[in-house]
Amino acid sequence: MTAPAATPGPGGPLLLGVRHHGPGSARAVRAALDAARPRAVLIEGPPEGDALLALAADEAMRPPVALLAHVVDDPGRAAFWPMAEFSPEWVAIRWALDHGAQVRFIDLPAAHSLATGEEPAGEDAGPRVDPIGALAEAAGYDEPERWWEDVVEHRDAAVDPGAPFAALAEAMTVLRETYGDGGHPRDLIREAHMRQQLRAAVKEFGVEVAVVCGAWHVPALAAKFTVAGDRALLKGLPKVKAELTWVPWTHRRLARRSGYGAGIDSPGWYGHLFAAPDRPVERWMTKVAGLLRAEDRQISSAHVIEAVRLAGTLAAMRGRPLPGLAETTDAVRAVMCEGSDVPLGLIQDRLVVGDVLGEVPDAAPAVPLQRDLVRAQRTLRLKPEALERELELDLRKETDAGRSRLLHRLRLLGIGWGEQTRARSTGTFRENWRLRWEPELSVRVAEAGVWGTTVLGAATAKAESEAAAASALGAITALAERCLLAELPDALPVVMRALADRAALDTDVAHLAQALPALARTLRYGDVRGTTTAGLAEVAAGLAERICVGLPPACAALDADGAAEMRTHLDAVHTAIGLLAEDAGTGPDGLRERWSAVLGRLASRETVPGVLRGRAVRLLLDDGRIESEDAARLMGLALSPGTAPADAATWIEGFVGGASGGGMLLVHDERLRGLVDGWLTSVPPEAFTDVLPLLRRTFAAYEAGVRRTLGELVRRGPGMRTGPGEAAAPGFGTGLDLARADAVLPLMALLLGRGGPGGANDPERPQHPNGTDELGAPGILDDPNYLAGVGK
Amino acid sequence: MTMSEIESEPTESRAETAAEEALRPHAEQAFADELAALAAADDRPRPVRWRLSPWAVATYLLGGTLPDGTVITPKYVGPRRIVEVAVTTLATDRALLLLGVPGTAKTWVSEHLAAAVSGDSTLLVQGTAGTPEEAIRYGWNYAQLLANGPSRAALVPSPVMRAMAQGMTARVEELTRIPADVQDTLITILSEKTLPIPELGAETQAVRGFNLIATANDRDRGVNELSSALRRRFNTVVLPLPATAEEEVDIVSRRVDQLGRSLDLPAVPDGMAEIHRVVTVFRELRDGVTADGRTKLKSPSGTLSTAEAISVVTGGLALAAHFGDGVLRAGDVAAGILGAVVRDPAADRVIWQEYLETVVRERDGWKDFYRACREVSV
Repeated sequence: MTAPAATPGPGGPLLLGVRHHGPGSARAVRAALDAARPRAVLIEGPPEGDALLALAADEAMRPPVALLAHVVDDPGRAAFWPMAEFSPEWVAIRWALDHGAQVRFIDLPAAHSLATGEEPAGEDAGPRVDPIGALAEAAGYDEPERWWEDVVEHRDAAVDPGAPFAALAEAMTVLRETYGDGGHPRDLIREAHMRQQLRAAVKEFGVEVAVVCGAWHVPALAAKFTVAGDRALLKGLPKVKAELTWVPWTHRRLARRSGYGAGIDSPGWYGHLFAAPDRPVERWMTKVAGLLRAEDRQISSAHVIEAVRLAGTLAAMRGRPLPGLAETTDAVRAVMCEGSDVPLGLIQDRLVVGDVLGEVPDAAPAVPLQRDLVRAQRTLRLKPEALERELELDLRKETDAGRSRLLHRLRLLGIGWGEQTRARSTGTFRENWRLRWEPELSVRVAEAGVWGTTVLGAATAKAESEAAAASALGAITALAERCLLAELPDALPVVMRALADRAALDTDVAHLAQALPALARTLRYGDVRGTTTAGLAEVAAGLAERICVGLPPACAALDADGAAEMRTHLDAVHTAIGLLAEDAGTGPDGLRERWSAVLGRLASRETVPGVLRGRAVRLLLDDGRIESEDAARLMGLALSPGTAPADAATWIEGFVGGASGGGMLLVHDERLRGLVDGWLTSVPPEAFTDVLPLLRRTFAAYEAGVRRTLGELVRRGPGMRTGPGEAAAPGFGTGLDLARADAVLPLMALLLGRGGPGGANDPERPQHPNGTDELGAPGILDDPNYLAGVGK
Repeated sequence: MTMSEIESEPTESRAETAAEEALRPHAEQAFADELAALAAADDRPRPVRWRLSPWAVATYLLGGTLPDGTVITPKYVGPRRIVEVAVTTLATDRALLLLGVPGTAKTWVSEHLAAAVSGDSTLLVQGTAGTPEEAIRYGWNYAQLLANGPSRAALVPSPVMRAMAQGMTARVEELTRIPADVQDTLITILSEKTLPIPELGAETQAVRGFNLIATANDRDRGVNELSSALRRRFNTVVLPLPATAEEEVDIVSRRVDQLGRSLDLPAVPDGMAEIHRVVTVFRELRDGVTADGRTKLKSPSGTLSTAEAISVVTGGLALAAHFGDGVLRAGDVAAGILGAVVRDPAADRVIWQEYLETVVRERDGWKDFYRACREVSV
């Protein structure tokens, strides 16, 4: 190899080796270009992008943006070349466009690099030999980034614009001599192509050509290679049809490695270094102070001064020319954040990384997502039409299932093409949609292009990002449901992970209780669709576990509204745990047992509102966890004279109210009925008006038939209890003794026919406190409101 | 009176004890050789009245090998960043506040910093709830005061005042234990760098080289929050808890061993497994995530410091030795852990239960621990 020609000399073009996304490099490139004023600027990047370069000068183009190359038939295969305002490549493009110089990309065409498969163009994983790391180590630095910052980024390029490039090229030459291709054989092909392009440009423009490329490639471009050798290298490369466009990018995604590789952790800091005209540390501290003040932390100018001083002294002590990000961060922590890392996280998120979102002019070619969507629409025979139309899908059919998935994925991406309507039939395999393609949906598709190149990939990325951003537990469970509907198997683990984390940190049992039923549903739904729901069950079980622990304390000392709300949670969790336990046999380690224990605790705890206690007893009874004797004992306790009537009424509401079948229990279990009846009759008149609305609410919810039967039973009840043979069984007898029943008939007729007060000699007959004698009123049993105690 | 008069005052308050006879020699005595070697090798610029350059001070604390082969033992094992920020703070004229829960070596770091910077770690004010203003400013020799009236001769300077006059490093231990109004005495000293003596119509101005290191524990109960005015005058460095479980187990077992001997507890063999378990529980609850990093947890309100882990294990040892079979078992530490974790009866109990049910119950080999904890919890 010959000596590098890094400065414009008579011998060759200007080779500017940079670090991608290095603000110092960008500055140096600008200075070097200003000094040399080349007629053509060649940039490391896919040549298919040449046609798009003019767009960089567009008013509406705002970095960070990325050059996106994708295979036409397979948008999933794509590569990105992101550029921020402080990227040397971007600076060079803008310089060339502003100064009327020719600008071209000279890297291997994307058509080839995409064709070779997995690895897209660029230093995807970075050269296996880290050139900068090797140089930093030689200079005695333990961290490559820091060395680069000190040596290159923090230099004042104004002194001699060419000097840093010359020094760097020299260092790289030595490295290349030692390491060769650095473990990236493909680099040799790329460099051969770059050389070919460079030769063509030199032929056209003479030596007034500047090349902006990764510093690693400079020696390969400077050295002499034969044209024939390069041609041979480039011969017979596989090729695909590739297309390029500009897409908006974000600072957050700059941290990802792709295209130009070299992910950077602090795009916001670099952007600041590049944009700040002078005194970068002072300006940075002022920015930090502004952010902290906006968050209501008291930060004075004195803080800023002290932070700047500390950062400066720290840098001096560490032997660095200027404070870097590490020094400023340490100073901010010690001076402005009182040593705490919490506000520092905010600074890291908002400033060091930053929320910058790029913009791309409308003139940019369509994003691959659009193409992928069109393709999917064609395969699924689902045309975008402006006219609204109904679509009924049968998920058992493959095409319909595909359509459903597409629509669900689009909804996740915020492309509201279809709206799901209620299915007319109840089967889980049917879905009804209302479709309507509005023109602005195309804009939405373009916007969604930032998430990925295919509908599946974009929806997955969007779901993952939403899972990370969602703070409410309910939102994540809903997301999990949507992921299943849209069949995003890759997003599901991420969502589940987020769900488990949120559940672990959520202190409100109500949130957990809200999340669990959806999760149990999701589990079942996943089963219907045959989706793998591994992990989901585990998360659900964990959630149930937390509910079991947290529920009893959360149920104490609730007001009426709170208790009513908790009761719905109680029911929902009970159902969900039933579902979970069903799926996993007896449930993991006896989930059901534990839940029953929780219900038992609730039932016997005095501080728990009556409605919840009653409900718990009822759930236990329905599950067969306690015998009806136990239920009767608990009810007797709850309804004993010591309890305030209002509390007792809420207990009854919890026990027999609401859920279907509440009335049937009373119909079938005479002992319980008797207890309720006995309690009701013993309520003092003044308290009765208080409990009346509650009771009415409880009993009015029953179906007419149940109320009627119940009414009949209550009327007849005491008689039956006093009847012989009833002493043993609390419910009905095993059969009717017709003869004895017949014997009662004359008396019954007499009673009914006479219509007088028949209960005077019967202490157990219910004396309805409103004083009317219902028995005497014909047809009263047909009145559905009879049991509610208020008549019509 | 000038500063030189104060400087020339005999330091009778500081009992001069030969280093080898002292029960616990000061840092500058114990590590005199290292300090001398560092001073000899140190060719970097030193701030006024500093014995060493900031770089050498950092090396003294973090350890290293000098060009002449002298090995400097590490005094502080922890992030390098922390020591660097602390030393740099002292080199500016800002005061340094070392924050941290018990057992994070705040006092240790402060003593060594003072020893390395000023060669004297004894200009110390120990903060308590009863610390008076005189301890920070100055008091009077009342016999002198009554005999001759107010004069410099009757004035008894505090360690802080002496440090100001001599350009040394003063130390205030447990700053947050000092009543708030007394704390605020420091404001003038730190911002104006002067201590007015209105009785004499004079003042003592701090000379270059003066600085102050305070230590505080902000998570304990019964502390007096620093006023924001005072807080602004400090750069704060939070000393972290041990970074790895192994480090913490090491610290706990070493301290438990020492304590056990001084309390004459019978030696209990084979406690390591249980110590490991206690440390794991403490770390997981403190960090809000399980050791494998897979499950997040809620953190209880207590500090769960290493010092508390030590006392839990010591208590468990006493139980095992006196009432048990002499082997430290899960049952011996369970009650102690419960007491350390559940500080707030309502919220912390739920957190603890959740931890037991979701983490401990599933863990291999922890069945005995789970059962023991459930026994004491219910």
